[in-house]
Amino acid sequence: MPNQTASALAAAPSAPKPATRASLPLAWLGVVPFFAFATLFLILPTLDLMIGAFQTPTGGFTLDNIARLNQPTIISAYKISIQVSLASALLGALIGFFLAHAAVSGGLPAWIRPTLTTFSGVASNFAGIPLAFAFLATLGRAGLVTILLRDLFGFNLYGAGFNLLSFWGLAITYLYFQIPLMVLILMPALDGLKKEWGEAAAILGATKAQYWRHVALPVLWPSLLGATLLLFANAFGAVATAYALTGSSLNIVPILLYAQIRGDVLHDPHLGYALALGMILITGFSNVAYIWLRTRSERWLK
Amino acid sequence: MSFLDIQEVRKAYGAQLVVHEFNLPIAQGEFVSFLGPSGCGKTTMLRMVAGFETPSAGRIRIGDEDVTHLRPNQRNIGMVFQAYALFPNMTVAQNVAFGLKIAGKPKAEIDARVAEMLGIIKLPQLGARYPYQLSGGQQQRVALARALAPKPKVLLLDEPLSALDAKIRVSLRDEIRSLQRALGITTIFVTHDQEEALSISDRIVVMNEGRIEQVGTPFEVYNFPRTRFVASFVGTLNLLRGKVLDAASGRIEVDGQQIFAGRGIADLKTGEIRSAALRPEAVTLAATSSADRNVMHGTIDEVHFLGAVIRIRVRFKDNLISLDTFNNPNIPPPVRGSAATVSFAREDVMVLEGAEAA
Amino acid sequence: MKTSRLGAWIAVIIGALYFLVPLAATVEFSLKKRRGEYSFDAYAVVLQDPRFLQSFSYSISVAIATIVVGVLIAVPTAYVIRLRLPQLRPFVEFVTLLPLVIPAIVIVFGYLRLYNSSSWLPFTSSARATDLLLVFGYATLALPYMYRSVDTGLRAIDVKTLTEAAESLGASWWTILFRVILPNVRVAVLSGAFLTFAIVIGEFTLASLLNRPAFGPYLQNIGANRAYEPSALAIIAFIVTWACMGLIQVIGRGARGSSAGTR
Repeated sequence: MPNQTASALAAAPSAPKPATRASLPLAWLGVVPFFAFATLFLILPTLDLMIGAFQTPTGGFTLDNIARLNQPTIISAYKISIQVSLASALLGALIGFFLAHAAVSGGLPAWIRPTLTTFSGVASNFAGIPLAFAFLATLGRAGLVTILLRDLFGFNLYGAGFNLLSFWGLAITYLYFQIPLMVLILMPALDGLKKEWGEAAAILGATKAQYWRHVALPVLWPSLLGATLLLFANAFGAVATAYALTGSSLNIVPILLYAQIRGDVLHDPHLGYALALGMILITGFSNVAYIWLRTRSERWLK
Repeated sequence: MSFLDIQEVRKAYGAQLVVHEFNLPIAQGEFVSFLGPSGCGKTTMLRMVAGFETPSAGRIRIGDEDVTHLRPNQRNIGMVFQAYALFPNMTVAQNVAFGLKIAGKPKAEIDARVAEMLGIIKLPQLGARYPYQLSGGQQQRVALARALAPKPKVLLLDEPLSALDAKIRVSLRDEIRSLQRALGITTIFVTHDQEEALSISDRIVVMNEGRIEQVGTPFEVYNFPRTRFVASFVGTLNLLRGKVLDAASGRIEVDGQQIFAGRGIADLKTGEIRSAALRPEAVTLAATSSADRNVMHGTIDEVHFLGAVIRIRVRFKDNLISLDTFNNPNIPPPVRGSAATVSFAREDVMVLEGAEAA
Repeated sequence: MKTSRLGAWIAVIIGALYFLVPLAATVEFSLKKRRGEYSFDAYAVVLQDPRFLQSFSYSISVAIATIVVGVLIAVPTAYVIRLRLPQLRPFVEFVTLLPLVIPAIVIVFGYLRLYNSSSWLPFTSSARATDLLLVFGYATLALPYMYRSVDTGLRAIDVKTLTEAAESLGASWWTILFRVILPNVRVAVLSGAFLTFAIVIGEFTLASLLNRPAFGPYLQNIGANRAYEPSALAIIAFIVTWACMGLIQVIGRGARGSSAGTR
């Protein structure tokens, strides 16, 4: 490390002496605001919560909060949260993959791809409450699609058991930003698939399916899995869409936590901390896996 | 009978014709190069043999089989690409084994063949490495082993050397050639590098703008170019432009001096303007006068000292002649601007096809 | 060949439908306030609602403050890391990615516990201080995006040579950073800024839990109490998102054009 600083200094021999001397502490000064900011508004609050999860109201150490997560409401909240996130992540990944693949190598007109990129940029950022409104207007009881299905095809969507304010309703709504996010993440990875690999496989006797099984999917696998995990974390932490869509009628962890913060519905702030800790662990695990897989895939595609 | 036969193949993209009537029989075990500038159709022709492109017209036959409409994976062809194209997720050994695995060969046979191939390309200890851990030259050798492992009927090489360093390019070139000889595999090699084509091929197909300009051995193509394009594309070459004074004897006037051409004079017409090709190494800087030698007088225009060889350019009125002499420490090179006399044999003056405007 | 292209078309058409149908439905729904005919009544109600203007302008101010804070933190850090302290890069990148790992609701929960009115740093004790906390919170949420775009921008220019040239001309570090480096990465900074804007403008969780009168909680409130106005608001929010993404593209393209022109 001293080496690097030395070479940085040696590389600027024409710089006047005082400036060179000043640049060393200055470099550290430049990152101080960043670390102060990150500590105050990211790391300390999170650590404080995590510590709180292991504290009694009087400040002593306890595992009781964690143990009390084991009650039917909380367990089922985690379960539904994970299921919704998993469903929207897997479906989003699958559909996003086909869409990105179609745009990158489907032989479509050249304007399709930049258009898809732009629309994906918009749609992946169109989340939160407005998205819930849009889906209420589409698939709600008086939504356009619901009414069109009834009037044109005589199909009663809600009669068939669908409800927007339910598990699948939420998953379908999340897909609106999950699919474009997948498209945006996956397009560069698909660009990394060289055309020659397909040709080399074909000339060696492989069918298209064999090429995908032995070459393309193994190469894409880390990107695919990584992106899916990111999608999962993305859905798992989302509050606004679910809250605006279902109010408190769907028991998922972020909503439960939201209600706890607003009105202490669990009647125990420390149980709330434990609830938050569980969320951190789940999204943290999926993101660490994502980062690890991404560095792997980038090393491969070098 | 030829082993690989390309008959009247044409390829058009919409209205644009990229390969015109291509006819080429290739013998079993022959090494043929497609040589030409980028965009001349050589790669398109190769890709039609591979099956990645379908000819707009014509037929391609390999052995007894018409493969024109077979898919690439049904043709039993080996191919090496310009950009290595090794599968990044597989080790060297797995790459080489790929074709055999797809063909459903038993594991023992695959392992034996992979070991054999890695021995042939002299990388027996690198089977467990991944492609990104190899140098460009090593990757390309693995690509060669992968292409050859399933014992294909034909080997196609699409500019396999152009991404490599100059030194490795030459050594790998020689290796490819000796391997090809040893296996006796019919090979098509696409390149834009004339030196590469000359050094490696049994026959060269010179292409320009989708057409075959000339087919011949390296010796023929280099020494007796049939067209102006071939003459200028293959090797360094002097072009002399002059007026035909006497068609029968091949007497031509170049910048007011008279010379005789010895080749390509069958269709000369007295009075027309023609170009003639003359290799630098055929010219000497001295008036060695004899009945079958031409002599021209000019001035030294430029002297390039290249080491073992000195390249001298002599200027006449409009024409220039470059010539090569071996370096001799005891004789200093000529001085720019001094008078010079050059001589060259009649047989070395080759009149090119087609009359030109005056 | 033919079949794969057909499949590609089908994928793209389904994708387009999935994107467009909810928008069409929302537009249609937003126009239905008047019984039996289409009208802009819902929009009129929304736009005349003083709380709409208040909350929207509040969120715009917060977004601008967030962008300023984000730039002040991301630019010097990315610059110093790239030039002087490359050994810190993996660590800094890890920290900038943390907001993607830790859900916003957890972060704000932490704020409420750590910075309550009786703590050593009582951010929530007054409305102004809470505004500040909200801005810092948003800057945290936007950090991954802001830092990434600035860092990408710095990668595209030769930071080292620019700095050394400026140093050899006797420029102070302040001059180097704000008159040499910043103008050269302004495209990247602006795209980070618009992304930040798009994230902040309709954000709900932080604003709601810190109890600030922002656009997000207002949206939620309207959604819970009105029928057609939410659709009108969704369309307005969608247009804001479009404008931000569109501006990012326009700026990016303009910069490419002008840099090609100067060459």
